[in-house]
Amino acid sequence: MSAIWLVASRELTAYLKSFMGWGVLAGLLFIDGLLFQAYAMGSGEHLSSEVLRSFFYFSSGVTMVAGVLLSMRLLSSEQKDGTLVLLYTAPINEWHIVLGKWLSAFLFLCIAIALTAYQPAMIAVNGSVHPGHVMAGYVGLVLLAASVTAIGTFTSALTKHQLVAGMFAAIVVVVLLLTWWAAKVADAPFDGLLAYMAMYDKHFTPFSKGVIHTRSLVYFATLTMSFLVAARVVLGARRWR
Amino acid sequence: MIEVQGLTKYYGETRAIHDLSFRIEQGQIAGFLGLNGAGKSTALKVLAGFLLPTAGTVKVDGVDLLASPEALRASIGYLPEDPPLYDEMTVSGYLTWLGKLRGMSTAAVAARVTEVADLTALADKLNQVIGTLSLGYRKRVGIAQAIIHDPKLVILDEPISGLDPVQIVEMRKLVRALGGKHTILISSHILSEVEETCDQLLMLGDGELIAQGTEGELLGRASTGTEWAVTVAGDGADALQTLAGLDVVEDVRGPKAAIAGARFELTLTGDHPDTVAAALVGAGCALRRLEPTENPLENMFLDLLGTGGAS
Repeated sequence: MSAIWLVASRELTAYLKSFMGWGVLAGLLFIDGLLFQAYAMGSGEHLSSEVLRSFFYFSSGVTMVAGVLLSMRLLSSEQKDGTLVLLYTAPINEWHIVLGKWLSAFLFLCIAIALTAYQPAMIAVNGSVHPGHVMAGYVGLVLLAASVTAIGTFTSALTKHQLVAGMFAAIVVVVLLLTWWAAKVADAPFDGLLAYMAMYDKHFTPFSKGVIHTRSLVYFATLTMSFLVAARVVLGARRWR
Repeated sequence: MIEVQGLTKYYGETRAIHDLSFRIEQGQIAGFLGLNGAGKSTALKVLAGFLLPTAGTVKVDGVDLLASPEALRASIGYLPEDPPLYDEMTVSGYLTWLGKLRGMSTAAVAARVTEVADLTALADKLNQVIGTLSLGYRKRVGIAQAIIHDPKLVILDEPISGLDPVQIVEMRKLVRALGGKHTILISSHILSEVEETCDQLLMLGDGELIAQGTEGELLGRASTGTEWAVTVAGDGADALQTLAGLDVVEDVRGPKAAIAGARFELTLTGDHPDTVAAALVGAGCALRRLEPTENPLENMFLDLLGTGGAS
C-alpha cells in the first residue's frame, strides 16, 4: 500500500502544482455551477427531487469530461518525459504503478466532486431533499469517476501523447454511453449485453434518482478493474517489447 | 559482484545485444565502450531491470533478475542518458520521494539526502525547483537519485554527454569518488573517457562483446602502432640528422616548434621506439618526450569493429 500511496501522492502534488489540476478543478466547478444555475434552478418551479436529479445529470457529464482530462496524462507524460524509468527501475511492480496513478486522478476528481456539495445544499435550503437521494447520487458520481479515470489510465499507458490518450479515452466513454442505442437495433442475445453495458442509461440513471442497484455497483467495479488490469498488462508488456 | 551470462535482447526481429557474458567485482568501475547503436544503452536498460532480456541471466550478489526482479532493482541505481527528473519538484523533495519509493524509511532517507547532496555538490540546491537547474546540475541530480538508496550497482549511461569541459572533469571526479563503495558500470562512445575512469573495459560492437579486460590487459594485446612523435631540446638539427640516419625510421616530418624545443613526427618500420630513444640519447640529443601519436586501444577497438584502425 505504501508504494501505491507514494506513487499517488507525488501525482496528487503534481496536480496541485500544475495548471491542469487547478484548471480542471476550476472548470468543473464553474461549468457544473453554471449548468445548475441555468437549467436546474432557473427553469421554473420543480420538485426538489427533480432538481437534484438534474444536478446529478449535469454533474455526471462534467465528471466524465474531467475524468478524461485528469487521467490522460498519467502514464503518457511519464513516457514522454522519460520518467517512467524511475518507476520501472524501482523495487515496485506494475500494479503499484497503475493503482498509484489511477488513485491520484480518482482522489483528485473526488475532491472536485465533493466541492459541488453546495449545490444539493442550496436545493435543501430552498426545498426538501432526502439525504439518501443525495448519498446515492454521489455514490454514482464517485463510481463514474472511478471508471472514467481507469479508462484514462489504460489509454495513457498505450501512448506517450496525452492528447491521443485523451481521445482514445473519450471514444471508449462515448461508446459506453451509446450502447443503449445500439441495444435497440441489435438482435438477441447482443441487445441484452449492449443494454447492460450502457454506462449512463442503465447504470448511472438509478443513482441520480436515489436508487442503488447491486448490478450497477458490480458494473462500475468490473469496468474499473477491467481497465486497470488492461493498463497493468500494457505496462508489463513494455518490459518485453 | 555482478554476473551476466548469455544476455540477449531482441526488439521484435531486431537483435540489440547478443550473448553478453561478463563479471564485475564489487567496487570496480567498468566501462561499456561502443559506437552509437552498438547496444550499450539496451544492455544497461536490461541490467537496470527496465527491460527484460530475451535470454540470459543477470545476477547482483546472487540475486537473479528474472527470479527476484524487485529485490534486484532495490540493489541497483540507474541514470539514463537524459536524467529522469520531475521538473516541478524540488531537489530535496525528489530525492526524498525516490528514497522512500526504493524502500528507505523517512528517517533514513532524510540523513541520506544530506549525505548524497554533499557527495554530488548539490547541498546549496536542495530547495531549488529541478526545472530551473542547468544541465550540469540536472546530471548531478540524476546521479544523486541513482545512489540515494545506497545501491550495490550504479549504472550510468553516457554520464558526460552534453557537459562542458569543466563539468566533465567534475563528473569524472564524482564517478571515481563513487567507485570502491559502489560497483559502477558506465557507458560511453568516447574511449578516452572510459580509459580515464574505469578499471575494466567492455568493448561492444554490433550488440556483441568483442573484447574485455583491464586497460593493461587490453594494451598488452594491442599493437603500439608505427606513428610516433619525439621532442628534443634546442633547434633539433642534431636530432634530425640522427633520425634520418636510422633504418627503423621510415619517414621524419618536422621540426615543429614545441614548448620544450623541437618536435618531429616519425613513421617507424615497426615497434622500435626503444631504438629511436637509444639513438637520440647516444647522439647527445636532450630527449624530452617520445610518445605514440595514435591511441593503441583506439586502434584495437577500430580493428575489432572492422572499421579500419591505423594498425
